Amino acid sequence: MAKIEFETPALKDWLSTPKVQPDAMAHSKPFVAKPVHQEPLGFPGELVDNWQDVALEKMGDLLGRYRSLQVFMDSCVKCGACTDKCHYYLGTGDPKNMPVARQDLMRKVYRRYFTLAGKWFPKLVGAVELTEEVINDWYSYYHQCSECRRCSVYCPYGIDTAEITMAGREILATIGVGQKYSNEIIGKVHKIGNNLGLPEPALADTLEGLEEEVEEDINVPVKFPLDQKGADVLLVTPSADFFAEPHVDGLIGYAKVFHQAGISWTLSSYASEAANFGIFIGNYENMQKVAERIRQAALDLGVKRIVVGECGHAWRVAYSFWNTLIGPFDFLDPAYPVPQHICEFTNDLLASGGLKIDPEANDDKVVTFHDSCNVSRGSRLGSTPGGQFVIPRNLIRSACNHFVDMAPDTIHEHTFCCGGGGGLLTDDLIELRVKGALPRAQSLQQVIESHGVTHMAAICAICKSQFSKVLPHYGMGMDMIISVHQLIGDALVFDSDH
Amino acid sequence: MRYARTPAPLVIPTTPAPTTRTGVCARMFREVVFFESLFKGSKWSWLFGWLFHFGMLVALMRHLRYFTEPVWSWVILIQWAGVYAGIAMFLGLAGLWLRRLLVDRIRYISAPSDHLMLALLLAIAGSGLAMKYGEHTDIVSVKAFALGLVRFDWQPLPSDGLLILHLSFVLVLMLIFPFSKLLHAPGVFFSPTRNMRDTPREHRHVAPWANDLPRSGSE
Repeated sequence: MAKIEFETPALKDWLSTPKVQPDAMAHSKPFVAKPVHQEPLGFPGELVDNWQDVALEKMGDLLGRYRSLQVFMDSCVKCGACTDKCHYYLGTGDPKNMPVARQDLMRKVYRRYFTLAGKWFPKLVGAVELTEEVINDWYSYYHQCSECRRCSVYCPYGIDTAEITMAGREILATIGVGQKYSNEIIGKVHKIGNNLGLPEPALADTLEGLEEEVEEDINVPVKFPLDQKGADVLLVTPSADFFAEPHVDGLIGYAKVFHQAGISWTLSSYASEAANFGIFIGNYENMQKVAERIRQAALDLGVKRIVVGECGHAWRVAYSFWNTLIGPFDFLDPAYPVPQHICEFTNDLLASGGLKIDPEANDDKVVTFHDSCNVSRGSRLGSTPGGQFVIPRNLIRSACNHFVDMAPDTIHEHTFCCGGGGGLLTDDLIELRVKGALPRAQSLQQVIESHGVTHMAAICAICKSQFSKVLPHYGMGMDMIISVHQLIGDALVFDSDH
Repeated sequence: MRYARTPAPLVIPTTPAPTTRTGVCARMFREVVFFESLFKGSKWSWLFGWLFHFGMLVALMRHLRYFTEPVWSWVILIQWAGVYAGIAMFLGLAGLWLRRLLVDRIRYISAPSDHLMLALLLAIAGSGLAMKYGEHTDIVSVKAFALGLVRFDWQPLPSDGLLILHLSFVLVLMLIFPFSKLLHAPGVFFSPTRNMRDTPREHRHVAPWANDLPRSGSE
């Protein structure tokens, strides 16, 4: 495939809403899954002959399964409040990237086949037949949504485009047109246990290497245990933490926290992945099957608690869905929330004085925090609503003397997606990823100029990978993005007699 | 009702979300009465939308005087407000339509029915205000007619042009209500991102269809 050529949008002094530019991103499509990626997930290998019937039947099925989809198809009044909220619209100007227009791609078909108004007066209410052109639009634009839920914050009916994107992708996969990136990864988790397809010996080897590296660095024997039966805590973390920069420094941070707190923990080679791409393709069964490995690992290893590493959508699935999908967790210690986020874990230790920390270690940095969409709008940290905004900032402030927030309308529940979430973190979508990062790059640029910010911390593996790839397009360093637990790890003080 | 029958198989409130039922009721109240999310989303749409909806509500309450005898005392008390409410309703609708016509993004998402709906509502508000400020109609006969409807006792309707228009538009609106996007009114109460509690770690939320799925685990 030819190299994709595109222009990175220019950063201005403020974030402006672009003029509507029809079909500006109509060419953007991820690679289609091959039969080998489709079939292990229970989907047909390629486009089925009677795809129209199958698609409509699936749509009817989903409408009956998900109240969200049914209500959202009916409720929209086209008020326009969401039209300037999506980072992909702001970065591309393609009107089909406005949340309401993305929903309408499905809503116009829904109206045609499932409502009286659309059956009788299709033109009047904008209802259309399910044609090949519509399916092409679905494939293109349901893969230009990162399921970040920003639009759902502003919708007077709470319509969450993510729910519609998920349904759209599920219908597409059901007629044989799945997305290669996500489906290939889900297949690897089913088969091997993690997104990278990293088998047990390679994982053991990597962890051993990390132990040596850390001991060399700080002269403390920090362990990275694997498959240790009877450990107190099972840590489930995105597999990017084992390899990728800057993720791995976050993993080192978790290990140092466990070490200093003196709590026994282990990773699992069977469930060596917190990420769950089942949510991205909207498929309940695959999501459940991916999650079930973690329950199984917790049972096999006999742990008392499950802690989840820094990963946005993984945390949404873990926090919001695990109990429903793979619960009940009655075999774990009821004194702790199930699951527990590594930030909650570290925050509790800090609060009880269980960690010795010296923020001067990070005096060379001025840090800001990127709220990840799935943590901000799809889940929570701590015991009170909004804890997802307080706890990570509390951790950063404990480990770092210089912290500054980005503009208020770009953080907390208003945060912008990194541009790579929702199963779009693939090189065949690089143009979309760069353009979608514009709003975040814009607000980052502002605090760089006003406060000399040097680093942006995040608690999501996708955010970290995405930013290290796209920030250079905006003239910022790829190493600006770091893990919150890297800051913690670097600031922990170990006594010499340890 | 189809909304109530369809399960919500996963916990999906838009967070931060309340953790108690009382909290959810408060969130819903703010949503329905103050249009909280719309206020976050677009100040102009919020202003026009709120003017329209609450203008219409008060104007409708004012109309109760045609259907009750003796007229309830609170209806008498709000008569003066009802007139201003009619004007607010008209202005709100006009503002919403202007946005639909002038903002390129909103023009793009508008179907013919979206314009027609606004036209219809504007015509209702406009013809009503015209009767108040322009061509008065015989409201004593109107009331006799309205009471006749309530009591199943048919009375003649004054054959006033404006009045006939006003009532015909209302009739059309009532006819299309169940088939159109006006159905957003009940929809908001069933929206899972607004009506669910943020307690997924405490409570399982398994839909009947999900309960029937095979689990690959130890059970």
